[in-house]
Amino acid sequence: MAISTTGLTRRYGETTVLDGLDLTVEPGTIHGLLGPNGAGKTTTVRILSTLLDPHGGTARVAGFDVVTEPAQVRRHLGLVGQHAAVDEILGGRDNLVMFGRLSHLGTRAARRRADELLERFDLVDAAERPVSTYSGGMRRRLDLAAGLVLDPAVLLLDEPTTGLDPGGRREVWRAVRALVAGGTAVLLTTQYLEEVDQLASQVTVLDHGRVAAEGTPDALKASIGQDRLDVVVRDEADLAAAQTALRAVAGDAEIDLDGRRATATVTDRVAALTHVVRTLDDAGIVVDDVILRRPTLDEVFLHLTGSMKEAS
Amino acid sequence: MTWALRDSWTATLRDLGHWRRQPWGLVIGLAFPILLLLMFGFLLGGAIDVPGGYIEFLFPGMLAVTMAFGLETTMTTVSEDVQRGVTDRFRSLPMSRIAVLLGRATADMLASVVSLAVLLVAGLVIGWRIHEGIGDALAGVALLLLLRFAFLWVGIYLGLLFRGQGGVMAVQILVWPFVFLSNAFVPISTMPGWLQTLSAWNPVTATVAATRELFGNPTVPASGWASDNVVLLAVVWPVVLSVVFATLAVRRWTRLGR
Repeated sequence: MAISTTGLTRRYGETTVLDGLDLTVEPGTIHGLLGPNGAGKTTTVRILSTLLDPHGGTARVAGFDVVTEPAQVRRHLGLVGQHAAVDEILGGRDNLVMFGRLSHLGTRAARRRADELLERFDLVDAAERPVSTYSGGMRRRLDLAAGLVLDPAVLLLDEPTTGLDPGGRREVWRAVRALVAGGTAVLLTTQYLEEVDQLASQVTVLDHGRVAAEGTPDALKASIGQDRLDVVVRDEADLAAAQTALRAVAGDAEIDLDGRRATATVTDRVAALTHVVRTLDDAGIVVDDVILRRPTLDEVFLHLTGSMKEAS
Repeated sequence: MTWALRDSWTATLRDLGHWRRQPWGLVIGLAFPILLLLMFGFLLGGAIDVPGGYIEFLFPGMLAVTMAFGLETTMTTVSEDVQRGVTDRFRSLPMSRIAVLLGRATADMLASVVSLAVLLVAGLVIGWRIHEGIGDALAGVALLLLLRFAFLWVGIYLGLLFRGQGGVMAVQILVWPFVFLSNAFVPISTMPGWLQTLSAWNPVTATVAATRELFGNPTVPASGWASDNVVLLAVVWPVVLSVVFATLAVRRWTRLGR
């Protein structure tokens, strides 16, 4: 196993951030760790990268225990944290050479590795420019390159696309996909369902430091249910009518009411949309908006943690 | 151990790379003490009467103050690395763990040697001279660097201690009264009694007084044990501070994961 943890716990003061986490990541795969802020994603990454001591349980990376064999773990691991952890004043090449030397590659090997990585991440033209002049996407790619100096068996990516524009996000996705083709195991934390969808072959959903769900992205989506249909009525008094119209297409599923908005889970999206729009139109109800969409992470999350009722 | 030294040197090279790319960083760092020197020397100095001339009295004080303010530079750099995640990356590499701190110390000491050399030339230009032997003068320079070394460890410790900007700013402000509560700018004998005692025991005072003696620059006698043993204190204070704060810094560093 590339990564395996059993019963991993960690507290900050009185708050339990990880509460018995069991996680397994197979070699050569991308494993998504999905969850909202505070679910314990970053704490997991920090423990796996030997930055933080666990308070209980065990964690092994590339077969080595993070507490008793931290030096071995560091030799087989690449970390790309939430901030682009590179020197802003130095250029891209100087950064990679420095990290290579600090990884004990030897000066010549470090230079060669830096050139390879600059080539691979399309940073050759910017190699001598100070990193402070890089775009967000370029900085992230350099950060990824820095995490790969040792060609690690395991790469930890902590929210690699947070704060990036769509272009930058695609750049990073491309780079991550190419990695796994090379045999690296990747643990990717994210708040975006779409990112997991695009990249991961296996997903663990984290809630309050515990596993809320596990499986392939498709299995996860199937368990969550289908598309959502939102109807926003102009007059709050018409909400009941909207609810009735949705009831006909939603079957037994719960209908969420929030202000002037009614939301239902639907299976046959086009039929549902047509029916609801026609019914409301016939009844002369003024509708401000009708939206057919995939579930948001919030909904996935509420669904998986079984607290849908509590939240509404 | 060889890896610890090699990794420290690599970490030092990072700073040398900064100098190469942004030489004005060093220049700006020097502008501040030179401005203070000109301001006190020529603007305020006329109102301060010291036997032997104010510039000669002021200059060793100015050097020690510059060394003491080095605390801020060190602290800010360390704290920025922590906040930007650079420290985390270093800690996740298979490098010698202590090398990050040793590299920081080496780079800052090298920068201080360069600053001190430039300041000494600036001093000669505005009329400061040494009046004892070259050996004594070098001993004075060594004491100044020793003070820098001590405050460097204070800076590393505080930089690791404060995660946010607030703590760093608080220290940057508090350094001022600490440095000015010394004999660097005015003779202690001009202060009210209780301030005299505080100032006499300030590590900056000991270094300033000892350096004035070794350079042969004018001193204004003060009474009390601390004032009678300035050279001893100028060695003991920095050594004690270095030992205490280097221990605290290393402890803090190794326990970042707790």
